Amino acid sequence: MKLSALQQSYMNRRSTSFRGSAPLDSSAESAIKSPAAIFWLLLHGVCCLISLVLGFRFSRLVFLFLFSTSTSNLYSTPFRQLTSTADLANSLNVPSNPVVNPELPALNKTLSSRVIVGRHGIRIRPWPHPNPTEVMRAHQIIERVQREQRIQFGVKSPRTVIAVTPTYVRTFQMLHLTGVMHSLMLVPYDVVWIVVEAGGVSNETASIIAKSGVKTIHVEFNQRMPNSWERRHKLEAKMRLRALRVVREQKLDGIVMFADDSNMHSMDLFDEIQNVKWFGAVSIGILAHSGGADESSLATVEEVEKRPSMPIQGPACNASNKLAGWHTFNSLPYKGKNAIYIDDRATVLPQKLEWAGFVVNSRLLWKGAEDKPDWIKDLDSVGEDIESPLSLLKDTSIVEPLGSCGRQVLLWWLRVEARSDSKFPPGWIIDPPLEITVPSKRTPWPDVPPELPSTEKAVINIPEHTVKQTKTRSSRSKPRGKRKHEAKVVDTQISTRHSGQN
Amino acid sequence: MRVSMWVLVLLFIFGFNHRIFAHQRPRTERISGSAGDVLEDDPVGRLKVYVYELPSKYNKKLLQKDPRCLTYMFAAEIFIHRFLLSSPVRTLNPDEADWFYTPIYTTCDLTPTGMPLPFKSPRMMRSAIQLISTNWPYWNRTDGADHFFVVPHDFGACFHYQEEKAIKRGILPLLQRATLVQTFGQRNHVCLNEGSIIIPPYAPPKKMQARQIPPDTPRSIFVYFRGLFYDVNNDPEGGYYARGARAAVWENFKNNALFDISTEHPTTYYEDMQRAIFCLCPLGWAPWSPRLVEAVVFGCIPVIIADDIVLPFADAIPWEDIGVFVAEEDVPNLDIILTSIPTDVILRKQRLLANPSMKRAMQFPQPAQSGDAFHQILNGLARKLPHDNKIFLKPGEKVLNWTAGPVGDLKPW
Repeated sequence: MKLSALQQSYMNRRSTSFRGSAPLDSSAESAIKSPAAIFWLLLHGVCCLISLVLGFRFSRLVFLFLFSTSTSNLYSTPFRQLTSTADLANSLNVPSNPVVNPELPALNKTLSSRVIVGRHGIRIRPWPHPNPTEVMRAHQIIERVQREQRIQFGVKSPRTVIAVTPTYVRTFQMLHLTGVMHSLMLVPYDVVWIVVEAGGVSNETASIIAKSGVKTIHVEFNQRMPNSWERRHKLEAKMRLRALRVVREQKLDGIVMFADDSNMHSMDLFDEIQNVKWFGAVSIGILAHSGGADESSLATVEEVEKRPSMPIQGPACNASNKLAGWHTFNSLPYKGKNAIYIDDRATVLPQKLEWAGFVVNSRLLWKGAEDKPDWIKDLDSVGEDIESPLSLLKDTSIVEPLGSCGRQVLLWWLRVEARSDSKFPPGWIIDPPLEITVPSKRTPWPDVPPELPSTEKAVINIPEHTVKQTKTRSSRSKPRGKRKHEAKVVDTQISTRHSGQN
Repeated sequence: MRVSMWVLVLLFIFGFNHRIFAHQRPRTERISGSAGDVLEDDPVGRLKVYVYELPSKYNKKLLQKDPRCLTYMFAAEIFIHRFLLSSPVRTLNPDEADWFYTPIYTTCDLTPTGMPLPFKSPRMMRSAIQLISTNWPYWNRTDGADHFFVVPHDFGACFHYQEEKAIKRGILPLLQRATLVQTFGQRNHVCLNEGSIIIPPYAPPKKMQARQIPPDTPRSIFVYFRGLFYDVNNDPEGGYYARGARAAVWENFKNNALFDISTEHPTTYYEDMQRAIFCLCPLGWAPWSPRLVEAVVFGCIPVIIADDIVLPFADAIPWEDIGVFVAEEDVPNLDIILTSIPTDVILRKQRLLANPSMKRAMQFPQPAQSGDAFHQILNGLARKLPHDNKIFLKPGEKVLNWTAGPVGDLKPW
């Protein structure tokens, strides 16, 4: 009866808030108000108060200890009493402890369910954090599942992507080439990267593309990149033709796309070009950017309103989704204001149709391929001065518009260069260290041993390491006691060096 | 000789074509259940069902009072009634019927928030049975053994939402011999009669169809779950709700980036399920949940955390091959369990889930299509035929006790 009183109170609490309705059942049961029941309810209340103070369920412990001897009597009673014993046995399992399934196997030999109704502990393992091996394994599973999805729903027989990039050594080369490299590294198909370098093969370019992990072909082109944009475009066209000759010589099989080093490619582009049969065209977004901040002053209010959101270059389709013409860049607003030399701070304009917007099946370039269509001219017969790959075609109407007929912009064209006389550290590694170092007022790293060099040579050759350390950490301001001492040490180092150099 | 050569050539050509075209279809696998390929069986012609004409206070009036009954997860009882009325298995001649159906909507009594109240259901059922036993002789002939009822509520015919109370009540005594079509299924539980047919809870098929995303969207979520871990209104400290299993999932994996679990209800719930590899289907207050249906429809492998649960159409669908079963005590090791499944097993499960017959079997589409849940119920009923002659009572014999059960149930409705 005591247990049923407990149960009652629990049921009452649960049922009053449960589903927001007054259950008809509980009214009948709470009619039992004998003194014993009241006494136990009061005792329960007192224990609740104690446990509020002490912080754990004291009352249930008491009940457990009081009734541990008599639980054996309850084993034979029907199932519902069993649930309350299970309650009490489980009561010791305070939620935040790691807990094993309560030891009640002996009780479960009855026909009733192995699954016990009632309060269970919340099982938490000792270290509820991700296990690195499991995470790696999970990622392998995800990768395998995605590969299977691609096999089933993606491109049926993916072809190699042959990317052609003309480049030359300059300040922004590292920036642009790394961008293209990272895009190519993410492509889920095989990639062959043909990098044509103006001015001969150099170590800088070679070291950048060596990090790519894709198959690269580094081709040298023995002319230096000129300083004017127009001549640069012409030279780049020649470099690309050179790359196409490489494709022809090595009989590379795949889809040739032109990845200029300052362009930005979206990953969808590589999926879309797999759909090309022979010769395709995609839409490019042109980011005609002016070098200076005076763009707003150049454009009057009306011009700004007339200008469309972003100019697009690419195939134009008619209503029946067939190629009808070409969208080209409207350079009229920029007449006279565009950049001529690479240094100019004016807007750099693209050509009428950029090479980057075209993709070519490499078999079109092979000599003597059996199923080559007859509208393609031979590579040698076009000469060196072609503006866009359309000159390779006898009939431009066979071009396939890609990206839902040119409606999707899959890559963006941008030309940003530093001044031609700008210097940059070779390989972007500062070696030897910069000539002038100024210690910050708060040198935060007291652990560097205060070395007083005897000779200037020793100073210069001392692991530039320590100097580098102080330099790189100077930005953090950690207030420490030895601060002033450190500053003094660095000062002496620098002063000896200076004296040495003088 | 020549004929056989031509036959061989033809077979070769067909085989070749099949190989070419098979490459283009998404790869699925045939589902062979423990009873054979029964998902595709056609029940028409194998059984006859007679639908009793009950006064509309048992069905239509309830629906008119509250049309929400058509959209919540217990709506199966209404749709089964509508399906049977126009189905070819229906017969108007009760003498040739194998099964008798009573159209009574026991769960259509809703609170303002949409939760069904089962308190009047026993009385309603009792009054309906009294009606059919007095107006037709078929109930008394077998004491209901060839009748079936749809009771999709939390604990089936125990008619209560709290498990302890439901167990105390047990199945309504009058329904002891009838076949129960219910969503609740747990082995060795009082509220599951042997021979009951377990059906999936109702999930709106049109809504699920409308939210499909392209199948080549890569599945990038490892484990997905949205729902309560602690039922703060009824069981704030945890341990009662879901027998502590949901709380254990939260406490163990809330810091794990592989587990996308939370209580928020996003608008992209269906789309997210299609981007997940595993979807957790833990028990709540009752072991079943519509998540299983959603996981199957969206191709996400269901991870079922409910001890001793009996899943829908378990004799036709090989759930062990399709889903992953995790015991409640193994929840802290859930990540190890899931990552140690071999990849080819996972791919096979996904192929089985991609099978359209599997998805159809879990849904209640309107109008009914072949192979859907309605037909699986009829298949299940057909598999129980022919009735054993022992169910027919001798005249004057009575098995059921009409006065058993709580006193409150005996009041007329």
